[in-house]
Amino acid sequence: MGELSLWVALLMAVWAATVSFAGGQMRRADLIESGERAIYATLAMVVLASLGLLTALLTHDFSIRYVASYTSANLPKVYTITAFWGGQSGSLLFWALILASYSAIALWTNRTRNRELMPYVTGTLAIILVFFLAMICLGSNPFERLDFIPADGRGLNPQLQNPGMAIHPPNLYLGYVGTSIPFAFAIAALLTRRLDAEWLAAVRRWALLAWFFNTVGIVLGMWWAYVELGWGGYWAWDPVENASLLPWLVNTAFLHSIMVQEKRGMLRKWNVTLVVSAFLLSIFGTFITRSGVISSVHSFAQSPVGMWFAAFLVLAIVVTAYLVSTRLQDLRSTAELESMISREAAFLYNNLVLVGIAFSVLWGTLFPIISEAVRGNKITVGPPFFNTVNIPLGLLLLLLTGIGPLIAWRRASVANLKRQFLMPVAAAVAIGILVFALGVHDLAALLSFTFGGLVLATIVQEFYKGVNARHHMYGESRVIALPRLVARNRRRYGGYIVHLGIVVVFAAFAGLAFKREFDLTLNPGDSKTVTDAWGHRWTFLSQGISRYSVLNRDVTAIALDVTRDGKPAGVITSEKRQHVDSRGAPTFEPSTEVGIMGSFKQDVYVVLAGVRGADDAEIRVTFNPLVRWVWLGGALMALGGLVVMWPAADRHRAQSGYAAVLKPRPIGERVPDLVGA
Amino acid sequence: MLKGAGNPFLIGGALVLGTAGYLAASAIKDTGVYYLTPGELSAKTKTDPTFYETGVKVGARVVNGSIVRAPGGMQVAFKMTDGAQTYDVVYRGITPDTFTDGVDVVVEGRLGRDNTFRATTLLAKCASRYENAPEKYKTTPGYKRAEQRA
Repeated sequence: MGELSLWVALLMAVWAATVSFAGGQMRRADLIESGERAIYATLAMVVLASLGLLTALLTHDFSIRYVASYTSANLPKVYTITAFWGGQSGSLLFWALILASYSAIALWTNRTRNRELMPYVTGTLAIILVFFLAMICLGSNPFERLDFIPADGRGLNPQLQNPGMAIHPPNLYLGYVGTSIPFAFAIAALLTRRLDAEWLAAVRRWALLAWFFNTVGIVLGMWWAYVELGWGGYWAWDPVENASLLPWLVNTAFLHSIMVQEKRGMLRKWNVTLVVSAFLLSIFGTFITRSGVISSVHSFAQSPVGMWFAAFLVLAIVVTAYLVSTRLQDLRSTAELESMISREAAFLYNNLVLVGIAFSVLWGTLFPIISEAVRGNKITVGPPFFNTVNIPLGLLLLLLTGIGPLIAWRRASVANLKRQFLMPVAAAVAIGILVFALGVHDLAALLSFTFGGLVLATIVQEFYKGVNARHHMYGESRVIALPRLVARNRRRYGGYIVHLGIVVVFAAFAGLAFKREFDLTLNPGDSKTVTDAWGHRWTFLSQGISRYSVLNRDVTAIALDVTRDGKPAGVITSEKRQHVDSRGAPTFEPSTEVGIMGSFKQDVYVVLAGVRGADDAEIRVTFNPLVRWVWLGGALMALGGLVVMWPAADRHRAQSGYAAVLKPRPIGERVPDLVGA
Repeated sequence: MLKGAGNPFLIGGALVLGTAGYLAASAIKDTGVYYLTPGELSAKTKTDPTFYETGVKVGARVVNGSIVRAPGGMQVAFKMTDGAQTYDVVYRGITPDTFTDGVDVVVEGRLGRDNTFRATTLLAKCASRYENAPEKYKTTPGYKRAEQRA
């Protein structure tokens, strides 16, 4: 049944693509409407197929290869459900489900708006749907049956049996797929040559939504890698990690440059390019995850699905390059950059840096392939490459995050600069000196804290000014003025909350300079003492190894009594797990449960690496400073994103306010700085 | 396209992108390492002895039964091969959970003139990490057909 509904969905999507483009060309309302209905029908069919797969998973129908490959009878229920996106074909179906849902929502919310664009939006989305559904039906079908019915399935890889992994991929997919709606609008705008601000207004929220899920997905992925993979870090510049970062960088750039086009009518080519690139990079990310062209610890098995993605990627690049190049005339700016010292210029630099980072990450990720093709030698680059390139660029970006919001649009006056910069710069210098005095002498870390201080002071000053303005204007108490300020200018102050998250995350990155790592071997009763970066002496006393079985695994665990500077600090346990199937036979490789004793200052991160002989434990102890701040910063960024996106209770007002901003302005007219100034 | 103030902006932009480009190019030169198979490494060292004691990355398979762990310490010795060439490897540190006989590994380190490879990092690759297609299914007709179809 599931398979049948997939085929029907495919046909529906083909129909939608055909009649939408035809309807748009011939201006036939009946065809356009038929195309939109076909998208809704596609969604219904994909939902049906998804329910079919979910039912098969939950009823343990092991005659289906996918079910047998990714679940087993003793797998906890929640992971039986998450196995939906745990494997290749299931995750593709999940992707199609999200895309169909997004498409339907986009069509529904635009049923009375943007009517000139919509046929082409529908058509473009339908083509993407056709691609995914065809790939699922022909290349990687989740409903494929085995010729026999195994007694039990293989079970889910234990490393995927983690709450982070249960929700990380959906978020990432929601983010990846989210870029296809702005892409569809961009294509529609290019095709119809309606390249004014109309299409941008329609996609801003979608780009934000994609950005939001992308952010959450990346942070959850980092958290999962940190607690589950046991190598002591959260980011390894692995190709798959890079692949998730690339659309994020480009989308972040877009969310900034869109403001320049709205306010000044500039950067039109650039914005189209960014929207298209974000989508292409999302597809590219999926491609390198699936194809095995770049070896990665995260890779799915090598599979022919990669070729589908490669073909689609090439097709999409060719089509969009053609469209953009033939429409350059329509993409001319309506205004010019007037001064280097202006908000526009700050945004431009922010964009350049973001795109520069994206390029260097892409370059480093692809370098093994490029070098092999060009020089016949496979040369790989690792974390040292990415750190060398991205630490300076990242710091520059952080600096711009502090500067941008302080500079006026168009042309900043000296008085304006003085007034705006005095406090933040003073605060940044003070923080820099303080941190240096505290013993931070690593240049990158020092700059990170100083620039972070600048951004922080900028945000505080902006909030303070806004609150004060309300206080004086409306006579509100400052306590009431703050939430109202944010509520009335969600976009601006939500953005500042995101910036705050960025500062926190950068501070946490700076903490990596103080990471310490020790490999210890401990017999029961043995103790070893090591010193962390702050000079504290930590003693680890082994209480010995215990072995026991639970649910679907055999566990070997070590418990360590920990003392800090002679005072008891608690117990850390770390486990080695061997998962077993329902008959007790081992499945998968053993996996490690990390023991973490955390505080906001640092995590003590203990991994039981192995047991030699009877109970000779090999452990690795890592002192990871400020790791919690990464999760905190990630949460702040997500919160800021939510504030910006939150549909206003007074929705109509928000929209009309939006329209006011979008109203074309004659060049030369003074743009009022709406808030805060 | 831009007048007056445009030029400094273009210069600034070129500066930013130039810096990024320069950083990327120089970092590749400084941190890029060859990724070779044992056979390729052997060929390289024959024609160019500077490949001894040079940091390289090697992808190979662990020879069955060759893993020897030093008692007490964290040192492990094993043999890796690609069929064409076999090298002894020594590595000190924690081995990944997936490191066992017959797995594909990627080691980073230096090949000594004694033809022993001293690895500083050791990664074990599960051929299909999250797929884990079971051996027994591979022998069934259904699986074969699926492979061909796919």
